[in-house]
Amino acid sequence: MLVQSIVSNGLAVGAIYALIGITYNVMFSASRVFSFTAGSVGMLGGVFGAIFIGQMGMPVIIGFLLTLAVGAILGVVIEFVTVRPVLKSLDQHLYVLSTLAAALMIQQLTAIYFSTDAVPFPRVIPFETAFFDQKFWLPILACIATIVGLEYLFRHTLIGRAFLAIAEDNYAARALGLPETRLRIASYALAGVIGVLAGFSAGQLMFASLSNGPLYNFYGFVPVALGGMGSNRGAVVGGLALGLFQQVANYFFGGVFSSVAVFVVFIIALLARPEGLAGAATARRV
Amino acid sequence: MILEAQKAGVGTGKLEAWLPVLVLAIVGGTLPLWGDSFFGLVASRVYIYWVLVAGLNLVVGFAGQLAIGWVSLLTIGAYTASALALGRVTPEIPTFLALAAAGVLGAVFGLIAGLPALRLRTFYFAMTTLGLSTIVTQIALAWKTVTGGGVGIQGPAMPAPFDSSWGFYFFCLGLALFVTWMTCNISASRYGRSLVAIRDAEVAAESVGIYKPKLLVSVFLFSGALAGVAGGLFASLQSYITPDAFTFDLSVLFFIAILIGGRGSILGPMIGTAILTILPDFAAPLVQWSTFLYAVLLLAIVLLVPGGIADLLDFKNRRPLDKHREIRPRPELLGQILSEPRKSELRLKNIVLSFGGVRAVDGVDLDIHTGEVHGLIGPNGSGKTTTLNVISGYYRPQEGTVSQDGIDVTKEGAHTRAAHHIARTFQTPRLIGESSVLENVMIGGNIDASGTFVESLMALPRHWRDEAHLRENAITALTIVGLERLANVRADRLQHSELRFVEIARALMMKPSFLLLDEPAAGLSVDEIKRLGALITAISKQGTGVLLVEHHADLIFDICDRVTVLNLGKVLASGTPDEVRTHREVVNAYLGA
Repeated sequence: MLVQSIVSNGLAVGAIYALIGITYNVMFSASRVFSFTAGSVGMLGGVFGAIFIGQMGMPVIIGFLLTLAVGAILGVVIEFVTVRPVLKSLDQHLYVLSTLAAALMIQQLTAIYFSTDAVPFPRVIPFETAFFDQKFWLPILACIATIVGLEYLFRHTLIGRAFLAIAEDNYAARALGLPETRLRIASYALAGVIGVLAGFSAGQLMFASLSNGPLYNFYGFVPVALGGMGSNRGAVVGGLALGLFQQVANYFFGGVFSSVAVFVVFIIALLARPEGLAGAATARRV
Repeated sequence: MILEAQKAGVGTGKLEAWLPVLVLAIVGGTLPLWGDSFFGLVASRVYIYWVLVAGLNLVVGFAGQLAIGWVSLLTIGAYTASALALGRVTPEIPTFLALAAAGVLGAVFGLIAGLPALRLRTFYFAMTTLGLSTIVTQIALAWKTVTGGGVGIQGPAMPAPFDSSWGFYFFCLGLALFVTWMTCNISASRYGRSLVAIRDAEVAAESVGIYKPKLLVSVFLFSGALAGVAGGLFASLQSYITPDAFTFDLSVLFFIAILIGGRGSILGPMIGTAILTILPDFAAPLVQWSTFLYAVLLLAIVLLVPGGIADLLDFKNRRPLDKHREIRPRPELLGQILSEPRKSELRLKNIVLSFGGVRAVDGVDLDIHTGEVHGLIGPNGSGKTTTLNVISGYYRPQEGTVSQDGIDVTKEGAHTRAAHHIARTFQTPRLIGESSVLENVMIGGNIDASGTFVESLMALPRHWRDEAHLRENAITALTIVGLERLANVRADRLQHSELRFVEIARALMMKPSFLLLDEPAAGLSVDEIKRLGALITAISKQGTGVLLVEHHADLIFDICDRVTVLNLGKVLASGTPDEVRTHREVVNAYLGA
């Protein structure tokens, strides 16, 4: 029973981290920008789910689709307001500040217009399962669906290949005539969708809560930083490992220890290999 | 001529450098006359925040490290001072000792919080400081015996005469003035310039001997100590603290105050801190919206006024420059800087360096002697710049050695080359756009100064000696390259050709035995190239060995004593200009018939 609880909690939380990690990756691949908004967008997935389905009483499927739409719009707005204006001077790292500003705005608006406390999230699936509750398997399902979807997009569609081309070398891609700007907008919309999907599927486990923003932001970043930026495989493996580790440490040593342990491991691993455990070192340009 | 340049305003920045202290003293000193006790309370808060922000300013505004979670250090300082003063860990300790202890612990954690910056890139570092701030709050909640957990503990009580609200006010003001004075000293010292250099021109900073880790460690210790003391005072001001008092919003306030104020400024962030602290206090309906407003301000600053308040106040650099400027070098003054010629030899043996499958340099041998101009030419991609980068320590070759007078320097980092008096310029000039031309040149004299960080902090005699010496040499170096008139102009307002000469002036500050020039004539007019040639010849006559990478064949064959030709990473030919010019393979591969 105990093992089951640790494993199901760990995998579910890990799947959420993995999804947030993929959100980081999709934005990064399209623009070489790390965005602070990944966690806040994830948080909004829970919040809008709770508003549409819980408070406004919409049917689950409509509420879900509307939440995804909000995510897509949000992604485009983020691209337009905080990313595009600073892309010209990527080396000045202004995106760190502009995306931080956007994340703060999202958090603050949520605090003012929604709630500063955690709000329960409605049941999504009407039937009950015997031992593995939907609050555990929904995030895992969302994660699997996202990976399969992305895999299909990248391997089997023209637009997916164009994404890959831009991620690989956006100068060359532009020279080939790929519409870089439009593809970037599309990937930010996609990142927004994946982000809210994470928060929505996690709703019953994590509630619709403001404090999920910073939480998702940090723990979603850990696996991508360690797995190498842009690597979805790293995000998934790292996210699941992180989720399981946290639950085990939580149970045996308490929450504070598990946070400190994750932080210390994260710092040491990054100091040892700044490019990530799986990433390759880049040559410096003089 | 030099005197003229000094009179023309070079080095009259004294008043400007002290302006922040002056402003704070006048406003703070007169506030009790025109403000009531509520004003006093708000102002005390501003001073306490400023003590922290002044230190953080060196990290964020000067060194460009995006430390967004600095509230963690305020928390650590607050709990340390409170717990010690209340005797929760040790027997009760007097408040001042407790504040000092908060400073020490703050310094230690400042170092811990900052260490990742030595290895990690911007966003990663920002994340680690953020992570630290959440963890510190969690620990404060959990460690009940010391911190009181969620219930909280009393802040340290100040002893008389600082126990009254105006007494406390003047204590905070005094500390804020002292801190402002210290950071002004740092800002006007080689440490301040070096911090800006690692922010805006890291590669060039290494080449003049600035060692980033050591510099950042000093700054993190200092900044952490200030944050710790500020935390202790914050606890005293609040009189009772719980983990809720240290929200992430505070971190945001500190961080944004600096960016609104402007990077590399002290007055700007000071005004920024005051505005952001006061704003919610005087507009009650805004309290709820304050963080949102900060965020909007941050976005507006980033997108619209990247220079912040400081840029708006910078009237000096709006004056138009003379459009028809000429660079007139005065090589005859070189003796004033290169007064002690050293005899030396730089030897490259069998250097091999590949990137992936490409052998960029494939077994190159090269000897450079002091007093000679040695040309290094070859088609694009033949390994010229790579060779230069190996000599200056940016690349470590897979095989072969670089040695100076028999001493192997191959494995030493780029920052050690300055001490060997090996100076260089870059293919695209690497200067600090936001600093003045004079400051850019003074950077080059980094290894020539001997004062420590603490000596500069306290403005001890050695700091003044260093500054006077560096300034004088920099003016001479600028006069030699013919740019002394532009000494006080921001470097990003200069033309491309002028930047090339500024880089040479900076290199001269290192009193180079060897000067490596990477395409110095690129982008220069015909007249300028002629003057450059004369300058290079004069430098070598003073006893410096010049390695010249260049595409202008005329310049090379005019001024070089020896020429080496590279092709596909290998030495194709080497000899006097005449031998090389008639070498059959050179003509085929590079020069053309």
